[in-house]
Amino acid sequence: MRNGSKAPREPAFKVEGLTKVFGTGHSAVHALRGVDLDIPAGELVVLLGPSGSGKSTLLNILGGLDHATEGRVRFFKEELTAMNDAQLTRYRRRDVGFVFQFYNLMPSLTARENVELVTEIASDPLDPAEALALVGLTERLDHFPAQLSGGEQQRVAIARAVAKRPTVLFCDEPTGALDIRTGRSVLRVLQDVNTQTGATVVIITHAAATAEMADRVIDFADGRVREISVNEAKVSAEQIQW
Amino acid sequence: MSPLDHKLLRDLWRIKGQAAAIAVVIAVGVLLLVMMDGLVNSLVETKTAYYERYRLADVFASVTRAPRRTLDDLAAIPGVAAVEGRVNGAALIDLPGQQVPIRAQAVSVPEFRAPALNDDYLAAGRAIDPARQDQILLLEGFANAHGLVPGDALTVTMNGARRTLEIAGLAQSPEFLYTTPPGELAPDDARFAVIWMNEKALQAAFDLEGAFNEALLALGRDARLPAVLEAVDRILRPFGGTGAYGVENQMSNRFLTEEINSLRASSRAVPPIFLTVAAFLLYIVISRMIESEREQVGLLKAFGYSSAGIGLHYLKFVLAIAMTGAALGCLLGIVSGINVAEFYRAYYKFPFLLFRVDPAAFITGFIVSVLTASAGSFIVLRRVFALAPATAMRPPAPADYSRSERLGGVFRALLDQPSRMVARRLIRQPVRSLASTAGIGAGMALSVAMLSLMGGFDRTLMLNFSVIDRSDVTVTFTQPLGSDAIYALQRMEGVLVVEPFRNVSAVLRNGLHTYRGAINGLVAEPELNRAVDADMEAIYIRDDGIILAEALAEILRIAPGEMLTVEIQEGTRPVLQLPVAGVARSLLGSPAYFELGALNHSLGEQNRVSGAHLRIDGAYGDVIYDLLKNMPAVAGVSLKSDARASFETLMDTGAGAIRYIMAAIAGIITFGIVYNSAQIAFAERERDLASLRVIGFTKGEAAFVLLGELAVITVVALPVGSVLGYYMSAAIAAGFSTDLYRIPTIFVPSSYGTAAIAVLAAAIVSGWLVKRNVDRIDPVAALKTRG
Repeated sequence: MRNGSKAPREPAFKVEGLTKVFGTGHSAVHALRGVDLDIPAGELVVLLGPSGSGKSTLLNILGGLDHATEGRVRFFKEELTAMNDAQLTRYRRRDVGFVFQFYNLMPSLTARENVELVTEIASDPLDPAEALALVGLTERLDHFPAQLSGGEQQRVAIARAVAKRPTVLFCDEPTGALDIRTGRSVLRVLQDVNTQTGATVVIITHAAATAEMADRVIDFADGRVREISVNEAKVSAEQIQW
Repeated sequence: MSPLDHKLLRDLWRIKGQAAAIAVVIAVGVLLLVMMDGLVNSLVETKTAYYERYRLADVFASVTRAPRRTLDDLAAIPGVAAVEGRVNGAALIDLPGQQVPIRAQAVSVPEFRAPALNDDYLAAGRAIDPARQDQILLLEGFANAHGLVPGDALTVTMNGARRTLEIAGLAQSPEFLYTTPPGELAPDDARFAVIWMNEKALQAAFDLEGAFNEALLALGRDARLPAVLEAVDRILRPFGGTGAYGVENQMSNRFLTEEINSLRASSRAVPPIFLTVAAFLLYIVISRMIESEREQVGLLKAFGYSSAGIGLHYLKFVLAIAMTGAALGCLLGIVSGINVAEFYRAYYKFPFLLFRVDPAAFITGFIVSVLTASAGSFIVLRRVFALAPATAMRPPAPADYSRSERLGGVFRALLDQPSRMVARRLIRQPVRSLASTAGIGAGMALSVAMLSLMGGFDRTLMLNFSVIDRSDVTVTFTQPLGSDAIYALQRMEGVLVVEPFRNVSAVLRNGLHTYRGAINGLVAEPELNRAVDADMEAIYIRDDGIILAEALAEILRIAPGEMLTVEIQEGTRPVLQLPVAGVARSLLGSPAYFELGALNHSLGEQNRVSGAHLRIDGAYGDVIYDLLKNMPAVAGVSLKSDARASFETLMDTGAGAIRYIMAAIAGIITFGIVYNSAQIAFAERERDLASLRVIGFTKGEAAFVLLGELAVITVVALPVGSVLGYYMSAAIAAGFSTDLYRIPTIFVPSSYGTAAIAVLAAAIVSGWLVKRNVDRIDPVAALKTRG
């Protein structure tokens, strides 16, 4: 586990000149237009920006879910942009946890089994029940997604993501489908994961208030980084004001 | 159990209805394969075992009269393992209430031992008492047809003498599985009998004391049949031998073998077609099911599952369905195979049945199911794997419907909004629309082909008994008679037309291809029993060449203009070299036609006839039958109505009977395909339909969007199915044609109409079932959770 000893100044990700173009010719869409940034290990980073600003695309490439058109991404000593599919698969399996806006749970598996889906292939995972306890779902281990509320489903998704003890946790609009109160409790869980496991947490959101709990805020617009600011006075999730 | 396996089981449970429908289609495809294979194998095994247990001879040879010591000479022929001599004579049975006497064959049984060859199986009653010369065993089929039981008396005329005999028991024999009235092709239990009788009594009846008139030989393993036949002929020629022949030319065996061959041919031709259609459906449905799992595949990849691991998961998923179907098909195939074989056992009169299925049938069934299912999933998975997980995880980008924009103006003018959705979806995904159309079309084609086949059977009977054979009665004489006999027939009141014929048994030879049959001598321009060409136009009979039935021309591999060797087996036994003058369309039997006068001339005889076809005035029927019954020279009178009934029975209970089962299976597959197409379309669109409900569509309007698509695909599939069905029916009809009857490929409009109605009915029922699913959609729940 690389995050065993937190080393704030070492960047987990080093991104240089990252470009992503979807489609070709007239219908080509430039999702990323030369992005340069560093994400220090162990930080909680918030990516802000309006829809279509490119933040999800960046997150997909950082998470090994998509290929860049141009540019380089380094993850510690390894270069993600040079990896083939098999190496990316290994990277995702070993280091990365994902939380999606729409939870993406397997509807045919219970909460516990959804977590097991990941612990099954991880090398040193948490016990699934333990991971679910971490997100406060001790009582609902054997419920199916359809029997859970949206917030509960998202917490299962987080438990699933943290159960493998990831080096880095990517969250794409984790509260986008939730009400304020539930959203806050989900953010609280993410914050706890960051402080308790030392995982680097990257959260995409277009709710600017979320930035208050971040170590670092990266502001996106039109496929480019508009501003990176370090938050000196970060607050706990409960204190966020929408 | 791993979470993926949990997912597998729960997913299967969730789609259980659909999985079952797919499994059933593949199961009936495999069922037919296994059933037909089991049937054919079992009949062959049973036949072989029956022949062995009751020691059916390998060689048969008739003589006029040979002393029993000649048997020692026959036994000395190299390769001969056993010999039996017996008396085999013609008899007539007079049954009360029967207008015409019934032809029978009387066979001798040794007094104090079982026959060395051609033993009989005692089905009821007891064996003949050696001390009694008036006891007989009667062929069970005949006895049953007339309600005769052991203890009954029977009036039998043999060699001109009339006797009353007591039925001791009822017997069956591998030698008489098929019993055909003289001059006819189809067997009829009621109109032909076999009696087994004390050897001494029968020798006395036929003036054959100390002699035999038929020799039976069994061959050792290394025997060479042609050499043995030659040796037998040489030994028996001085005693009036008419030529030895092997068991393959024995009447009953030939008939049975042909029937089994016909079943084998249809078992090879038809099940693969059915299985291919089922496999095609499996492929379409499986690939669409996997396609709908695309987001879950992306998610698993995002977690770091390897492509191989995910592939294995889905392979298990489709194999669970395909192999359940195949296993079910094997099981049902065995069960139905046993039942069908039992039906045939009773029909072929085997005393027992050995059921056996070749493992190859199971293996083929499994391999086809598994391969098509895996192909269906792998082709889709490869496409999904090629996507970056981020792309796969998103629902597919909204399909680009702009292609249908060209038609926009027309659409807006002619169609309302829901209809436009239907039309655009069809146009947007032409491959999927075409595959569904082809699937339903293939299902319909099966039904068309099976219905056409039914029509083909009817057509065969109709053509034969109203176009080819236009007589009312056929009279057969005990031996060839002069023209007086014809005049006698012509003089009868009520007889309108008399058309003489002469049949002589002959061996037809073209190089290595031989056929033991008969030459049918007809008048040059027959009216009652005609030869016709492919257009059903009469062919004139030639005196300078022979006209062969097309089935016979195929067996002999001979074409018009080529020379055929005809070895006539009667009288002076001349050998003729005749050109083939033409090939006649013949639906029943395999006749070879030659002009009557020329045939007589070649035999050195004049104006000899074996019988005549008559056209009569129906009002005089009874009078004519009565007169014929009292003509001593008449051996048999067959009414066309009886002959036709016999043939109908043959086609409905013999090899042709299987067509009813196949038609039922075709129906199941047709329905299964339509139903599966509807179900999968529903599964794919469930969320869209929920959205429609959310924005205010009524249940009916939402269902219309789905069912409209099904309706269009079904309607387009009808002409596709018709064309496919036409070609499929040609293949299937060829599989059903035999040496005894041919099934023409015909265009029966009603089969297309019926099949179309069946497809539409299946679509309506499937639509109704799917509509219930649409009605049950909970719009909120369907939108809340995303896969």
